[in-house]
Order: sequence, then C-alpha cells, then structure tokens
Amino acid sequence: MYKYDEYDQAMVDARVEEFRDQTRRRIEGHLSEDQFKPLRLKNGLYLQLHAYMLRVAVPYGTLNSRQMRKLAHIARKYDRGYGHFTTRQNIQYNWIKLAEAPDILAELATVEMHAIQTSGESIRNLSADHYAGAAPDEICDPRPWAELIRQATTFHPEFSYLPRKFKIAVIAAQEDRAALRWHDCALRIVKNETGEKGFEVYAGGGMGRTPIIAFLIREFCPASQIFSYIQAILRVWNRHARRDNIHKQRMKILVHELGEDEFRRQVEMEFAHILTLGRDFPQAEYDRIAAHFEPPPFETGLPEEVDRSDPDFALWVDRQVAAHKAPGYAIVNISLKPDGGIAGDISAEQMDLVADLAERYSFDDLRSTHVQNLVLPHVRKRDLHAVWQALDAAGLASVNLGLVTDIIACPGLDYCSLANARSIPVAQQIAERFADLNRQLDLGELKIKISGCINACGHHHAAHIGILGVDRKGTENYQLLLGGSGTEDVSQAKITGPGFDETGIVDAVERTIERYREIREPGERFLDCYRRVGMDPFKEAIYG
Amino acid sequence: MGDPLRFRDDPAPDEPGVTLDAFLDQKNATSVLLEAGDDVRALLPELGRVRLVEIDFPRFRDGRGFSSASILREAGYEGEIRAIGDVLVDLLFFMRRCGFDSFEPDEPFDPGAVDAALHRYPDVYQSATDGRVPIWALRHPQCATG
Ligand code: HEM
Ligand code: SF4
Repeated sequence: MYKYDEYDQAMVDARVEEFRDQTRRRIEGHLSEDQFKPLRLKNGLYLQLHAYMLRVAVPYGTLNSRQMRKLAHIARKYDRGYGHFTTRQNIQYNWIKLAEAPDILAELATVEMHAIQTSGESIRNLSADHYAGAAPDEICDPRPWAELIRQATTFHPEFSYLPRKFKIAVIAAQEDRAALRWHDCALRIVKNETGEKGFEVYAGGGMGRTPIIAFLIREFCPASQIFSYIQAILRVWNRHARRDNIHKQRMKILVHELGEDEFRRQVEMEFAHILTLGRDFPQAEYDRIAAHFEPPPFETGLPEEVDRSDPDFALWVDRQVAAHKAPGYAIVNISLKPDGGIAGDISAEQMDLVADLAERYSFDDLRSTHVQNLVLPHVRKRDLHAVWQALDAAGLASVNLGLVTDIIACPGLDYCSLANARSIPVAQQIAERFADLNRQLDLGELKIKISGCINACGHHHAAHIGILGVDRKGTENYQLLLGGSGTEDVSQAKITGPGFDETGIVDAVERTIERYREIREPGERFLDCYRRVGMDPFKEAIYG
Repeated sequence: MGDPLRFRDDPAPDEPGVTLDAFLDQKNATSVLLEAGDDVRALLPELGRVRLVEIDFPRFRDGRGFSSASILREAGYEGEIRAIGDVLVDLLFFMRRCGFDSFEPDEPFDPGAVDAALHRYPDVYQSATDGRVPIWALRHPQCATG
C-alpha cells in the first residue's frame, strides 16, 4: 500500500498545526462558531446532537494494521471505546471533545492518516472497489490512480470552495462494488480497442434529496489526462452552479438544468484548454505510486481445498468468502452487522483483533467497504479456519453478506442533528425479525438501506428495500422504497405510498418480503422479481 | 476602507472598477469589477487595456472567483487581480495560488494571521497559476515542467 514520503508527511503535519491554531482561536473566542464552522468542516469535524463527530479519511478504503491499531487507540482514549465505519469507507467517532480534536489529528498523522476534505464543500476522500488488488474480474488495481487523484485534489487551490461536496469513486472491474454511479464523478478503468488503459467517466450522480444516477460523459479518457478531465468537470460546475440555494448546488442539478449534451460540450471545451496547461502528473509519478501497490508476494502451490467438516464454518465460508485472483487465496468479508448490533460500529478490541488478523494472514492489508463491513483481501485458503475462529471469538463472524440483515443504516436521530427519525432501532428490529439464518439464506440477496432523513446518508435510493425517515406532524414516520440498486445494474428506488410508524415500517418490510417469497421464480433475486412484476403486487401486500 | 494588501511592486491603479458590461462599453476604462456570476471569458478579448480586475466575493463560501482569477492568469493576464468582499484570511493561500495579488476584504486581516496563512504549507500538490513547483516535480526533477 502507499507509503508517505517526506512531502506527504509534511503536508499532513502542516494541516495538524493549522487546525490546532484554528481550534485555539475558536476556544479563545477569536473565531465565532460561524467562522469556525467551514474550517472545522474541512477537517471532518461536525457538531452533532450530543458532541462533536470526527470523520477520518480512509483513502479508497485501504488500511494497514498499524493504522487500524491507531484507530482503536483513538476510540479508547478520545471516544467511548468504539468507532463507526461509514458508507464512504471512512470511520467516524461520535463523542469527540473539540479541545482534543487537534491531538487526534496529530495521532493520525503519525500513521499517515488525516481527516482532510472529509466534509464540507470540498473534493471528498475517494472511494474505490474494496476488492482492489484481489478481485479476479479487475483489469488492474485501481488504487494507484485513486492515490494519484487523492494527491492531485488535496488542497486544490481553485476548488477550495465548491458549490457543494464532490465525491469521486474509482473501480477497474466489471462488477461494481463501489456504488459507482451514485457519485458526482465516477471512474471505471477500461481498455480501448488498442489495449490502452483509460477511464470511462460518469458525471453528475448523487443521492440526497434529488437522487440522480451519473451519466456517461466520456467513454474513454486517456489515463494520463484524467486529472485534466476532472478539473474540467470541476471548473464548469464551480463556475456555473447555482449559489443561491444550498439544495440546488450539487453538480447533478447543473447537469440536469443544462442537459447532458450541453454539460458535456462545456466540459470538453474546458478540457481542451486545461490540457494545454500541462497540469497532468507525468508517467514517472504514476509509476512511483504504482510501485507501492505491487501485488504482495503470493505463495504458489497452496492447497485449494477447504475442510468443511465444521458446519458453522462452512456456512460462513459460503457467504463471507469471495474468490481471489491468486490460486490458493481468498477474500474474507468481515460483517459489522452482528445480531442486535449497530451497522458499522466496531469496538476498539475488535479493531485490534482485525489488525492482528490482517498482519498475520493478509499481508498487512485491510479494507473498509461502502456497505459498512471490513475485508481481509488476501487470505490463504488454508488459513480460513483459523481466521474464522478468531473472528467468531470476537463476535465478528456473522454470516449475512448481502442478506436481509446486512443493513446499511445512517446514525439517524440517535446522533444526527439533521435527522427526522431514528435509523438504528429500525435496523435492529428488522434484523431481529429476520434473525433466523435459514430464512435469510432462503431469501437470498436483499439489500436494505435506511436513512434518517432526506439527505440519504444511508443510501436508501440505492436499496432493494429502502427506508426513509420523515417528519410527519412532529412524529417520526417512515417511507418505504423499492427497487433501487447500487451495483452495475444501478437503479433508483421508488416510494411505495403512505408512510408508517416504527413498528409499521418493520411490518411493511416483512409483508414486502413475504410477497416476494410467494411470487418469485426459482432462483430469482428480490430485485429481479420486483423488476419483473413491478410495484403493484407489493403495494397490495403492504397496504391491503 | 484602508489600503489594499498588495503583493505587487507597481503603483496601485487608482481608477475604481466598473461593472463588466460598463467596461466592455467604455473603451477607455482600465479597471473592471467582476461580480461572482459574471463570465470572466467575456473580458479576455479586452485584456490588453486592463490594469486591475476586482473580483467580488459576496460570501466567502462562494468560490467562483477562484476560477475567474485562474482563467485570467491562464490567458496571460499580468495586471492586478484584487479580491474584494467577504474574503477570509484562511483563504489567502489558495487565492494567491489562483493568481490574486491584492486583497481588500470587508473585514481587514489580522497581519499576523496573513503571514501564518501564507507560509503554513511547505509545498503544493498541484501546479497552478502561481508557478510553484508541485511535489510531483520535486520528486522527479528530470521531468519538471514547473
Ligand atoms: C451525523 C452526521 C452527518 C451529517 C450531519 C450528515 C450530513 C449530510 C448531508 C447534509 C447530506 C446531503 C448532502 C447533499 O445532498 O448535498 C449527506 C449526504 C450523505 N452522507 Fe451524510 N451526514 C452525516 C453522517 C453520515 C454518515 C454516518 C454516513 C455514512 C454512513 C454518511 C454518508 C453520506 C452519504 C453516502 C451521503 C449521500 C451523498 C450524496 O448525496 O451523493 N453521512 N450527509
Ligand atoms: S441521512 Fe439524515 S439523519 Fe441520517 S445521517 Fe444523514 S443527515 Fe443525519
């Protein structure tokens, strides 16, 4: 994985000092909360209902054991002993004291981590395929490009006060494991007819109150020009987006207002101009970065077979383990959705354990996923049983990847000052209702995602079954949505009809799922069934 | 209002900026005031007579002026570019990188903060109109373009 050199380290250290200074000015009263807010937001520090929340960047979802142990240490020393992995592969701490935030950033800097551009109107931390470097279906590891773009977009002077947030995702596989087209700028590495590598570029995606799936703005951008192309997109948006209404400032709205063709035309004109400025990074710099992502020294001649005599282990293998590109290796998915737990939450002790496992069994490589789970990307098949035992002992061996209890849920009204309704208890009740593993396995792939308000942090637009918390005459109310997807078959979920109270929404989810069971064809996923029959049979089941 | 903070050696132009439309009409004007929503490219054919471009920041969160200044410098403009309005000292570093070389904020900067803001970061990750050598070029002196 990437290692900072003295330049990278100096930038991060400088940021810590800057933030220490800004925090001091705030605490001493030289900065008002109004003036301080945009500054702290550039460091991932939000003010929530009960405390400050700090969002730490996990660039393209890659961590090593040293970093994970530091995250555990921070959880213990500065928070209440746990952290929360988010849908953008980052980690958040919910109980932070303002005066300690600079110390946390300083601790992070010692392990090459930071909270730069994790919130606010900035180019956010990039997300990427969490199977990068391990997936059999990728044409290359997308992370060297992600790292290059990370550097290119860090403290970019022209794009320091964008109209709104700007989220980039990068993948290099057919299968989309990163909710690609729900990003403002979505990049898929492809090869053209001559075998040259480049990017398929999508623009203008996003969730929030106006969900839009990104459109294909360019079929092929030569890899060496991608930074120029991204700057062209950013400049067109920065110059022409509305600035009078915060809800209409995301890039997707400008694309919608100009039309895709006109937006593309303007970007192409700007691209032609920016190319002449010679701002793209040279091949030598790409090569330098890529050298950090060389495949680990995979052993050869390893056994392929896995001893399945322990039935619990076999169940876990079938669900949580994915195929790896190297013979004898496998990808391990660690569920952060235990029975009755909170999606994405992980204790300091669990972090330490996962760090140990990564170090011992996965070439010191660890990933976070946008579904709020973790991944050990390179595990020898013959070590799977040992890994499973260790995970099981720590309460991390749940079997539910992609199943009905693998729920995404935002913090909601338990933490978030913008929330209309609670998300966590709804997720917990659904998980309880479907706790029986046989029932889950019978239902197959089913993605439930819950947001506590229209901002859609919980990806409900991209859910097979989505839940949205709304405020109805001062009481918590939930809308149900069906038919969304965040993978290569991307689609936007539609609202079923009138909303429900807390118990009502759990019942409605169950009725929806029972109807699916009645009408599905053999082997048909919920999403495919919905696409075949449409909304009506489900409405009938829900509303009678 | 006091004197602007300037990073230039030439005498400050004393003609107040007129709006973009007025500037395009008045062929003898040399100072222009760009509002955040103005299209800076309309000015490019007239750059020969421009000595001062004032770029207004109605709110500091409105970052359009960063692109306007960059586009002027990219077009070869060497006259003064002044940031006016709601300009915060924490933006100074980025503004300098985009080509602003004078500042007349509504709320005057604290002089100590100016120095700190300008010298906070030892290096930069990307080239911009200020000609600073980006980190990638420092890493590969043989392919530096500046
Ligand atoms: C509790 C503090 C949080 C606050 C105040 C907050 C605020 C917001 C707001 C205002 C938006 C809408 C942005 C827009 O439409 O332009 C948003 C979107 C989003 N947030 Fe959060 N959020 C919080 C926590 C989280 C968490 C914990 C996650 C991950 C689990 C998350 C992930 C996202 C995602 C994925 C989006 C959708 C981005 C898009 O519109 O494309 N947020 N958030
Ligand atoms: S969706 Fe709403 S309630 Fe949930 S975290 Fe985002 S802003 Fe808060």
